[in-house]
Amino acid sequence: MISSKNEVTQNVAEEIKPGQPLLDLVNVCRDFDKVKVIKNVNLVVKKNEFFTLVGPSGSGKTTILKMLAGMDQPTSGDIVLGSKSISTLPPDKRPTCMVFQFLALFPHMTVGQNIEFPMRVKGMRAEDCIAKAQKLLDLVHLPEDYYNKNVMKCSGGERQRVAIARALAYDSEIILFDEPLSAIDAKLRKTLQKELKDLHRRSGKTFIYITHSLEEAMFMSDRVGVLCKGELKQVGTPEEIYAHPVSRFVAEFIGDVNIFPIRVKPTGGWGSTDFPGQLFKVEPHGDDLEGYIIVRPEALKLVKEGTQVDNVIECKVLNQFSLGSRSQFQLACGKKEITLELPRSEVDLNSVGKTIKIGWNAHDAIFVTE
Amino acid sequence: MTKFSVQKIKSSLTEFISSKGGKCALPVYILLTLGFVAPLFMVLGFSFATPRSFSAFTSFSLDNFIQIFDGSTSVWRSFLWSIALAAFVTAILAVVCYPVAVGMVRIFGSKTSTFISILFVFPLFVSENVRLYGWILFFGKNGVLDGICKLLGFHGPDILFTPGMTAMGLAYSYLPYMLFPVIMGVALVPKDLITAARDLGSSRLRTWWQIELPLAMPGVLIGMLLTFVLATGSMSESKILGGQSIIVITNDIDVSFTFSQNWPQGAALAVVLTLIIGSLTLYAFKKIDLDKLMGRS
Repeated sequence: MISSKNEVTQNVAEEIKPGQPLLDLVNVCRDFDKVKVIKNVNLVVKKNEFFTLVGPSGSGKTTILKMLAGMDQPTSGDIVLGSKSISTLPPDKRPTCMVFQFLALFPHMTVGQNIEFPMRVKGMRAEDCIAKAQKLLDLVHLPEDYYNKNVMKCSGGERQRVAIARALAYDSEIILFDEPLSAIDAKLRKTLQKELKDLHRRSGKTFIYITHSLEEAMFMSDRVGVLCKGELKQVGTPEEIYAHPVSRFVAEFIGDVNIFPIRVKPTGGWGSTDFPGQLFKVEPHGDDLEGYIIVRPEALKLVKEGTQVDNVIECKVLNQFSLGSRSQFQLACGKKEITLELPRSEVDLNSVGKTIKIGWNAHDAIFVTE
Repeated sequence: MTKFSVQKIKSSLTEFISSKGGKCALPVYILLTLGFVAPLFMVLGFSFATPRSFSAFTSFSLDNFIQIFDGSTSVWRSFLWSIALAAFVTAILAVVCYPVAVGMVRIFGSKTSTFISILFVFPLFVSENVRLYGWILFFGKNGVLDGICKLLGFHGPDILFTPGMTAMGLAYSYLPYMLFPVIMGVALVPKDLITAARDLGSSRLRTWWQIELPLAMPGVLIGMLLTFVLATGSMSESKILGGQSIIVITNDIDVSFTFSQNWPQGAALAVVLTLIIGSLTLYAFKKIDLDKLMGRS
């Protein structure tokens, strides 16, 4: 049996059943020189899930990851593993392992030595190390003869795989990813995202991933947490976050959206300051609320004769962009710019400059108060 | 390594000299040839001259070299002392400078680091001999140390003019030559790698031994090489602080050229010393692949 310092926490993590809460962040705060970088974050990560924290740069996602890894400690609050507080434990006593943004591969070692490093630290026998390293090379789709290759001679994508293999070699319950794909070109990134998702399924580990790209988060994750200025704005499955954003920030972060400020009119309808004199039908939300309605570009419809929609506005087409299977339109209604997305088949290819009518149904719009 | 051929060297040499850069560099080449290659060549010439003569290049004899190795003189002892002292001082300096470098790179703020650098460089503003005589005043009879001890009612330690004092002098003189390359080496180690190793469960000691030290090694090796070569070639420390309690090889060379007026013997000693240090250096560089250490091979 391999003995290691993180055995206790590793055992705690192993005893938890898949799908049960594994990590629990309770009122976690982190101040740097009196600046609150993380504000009261409460979050539960379940065992075996692919959880992604997403937010713009400076939102505090790396700080949270460092606190999970043990490289930083919360100013207040607690990080609980199962039922054991791990807030003050150093990195080597936690069941976590980090894949760094710049990978942090050891340049003076070969691919094999890099992967074997954590196993040798644990005191595994040399032949076991080699056998496991070979298995891991195979798992991350690297050829067997890479074992003796200098790690600095590998390409960006290959190094990425070596870093992941090394983290898997540590065999911790939780693997933390600090934007590891941010420095990789778009095409390879897509491939690696798929591989990572696949690897998550096959390894049976809990992945906690951070990125500034919501697209990347949606693509890979089981659940996503959206961070803004140190506050956790929303946690949910990619579908939930897409369909029911809780705020303007979350909606805008996910992609192109149309946001109209809305207030209740005395006449009972809902009015928007962007469209003076026009009343919109909105799903009931109680009285006297001010806020915004969010309409996604693909929820907007081109209004022709006989089209039945709840709300209609007239716009001028400013620009038209092809997205391949779909087309996007930049429209103007008065001073307000609107984005519309339509399937290619519905598109009049020469509509720039024309005036068109667009509309949406009340149940396709999302109402938020902040 | 590429194969050398006389033809190749000839053609590349003519090409270089006819180029603009080659012409501009000509004064430097002339200066180096006259000031650096020519004296060495003279030394080589004298080493093969008849002993106790000045007939360089006109006589040929191997007697000077035979004398060194036949055991009739104790000059081999001087070689041993020189190399042993230099090796000892190099090892001591490596051990002393590494923690200081780590402190300056990772622990102290930039202000403290600058201050410490100045402290280490400052003595270099004063001539080495003056500084060594300063130590004599400090350690000598009725000197600073002895005087203070006498005030307190006992005699100061009698450590001046011993081999230990020579080593102390060497360590003192060549500390900056070790410290600054080591600082560079330590600064070259990315902090991320240390964090990563710790995260992978590695203890502090193992992280230092397997990650930090190998990656800082280029700087440490350059420092060691510099101090070793300089310490082997030094003379004033053993003369002034050591009081010639031990004779180092440079001292023998000096004596041959001055008191005994036996230039051929001094030249032969110099040639042997150059060969020993040169081959040790080449061996070290060949054994230690700097590129591999830096992860560039």
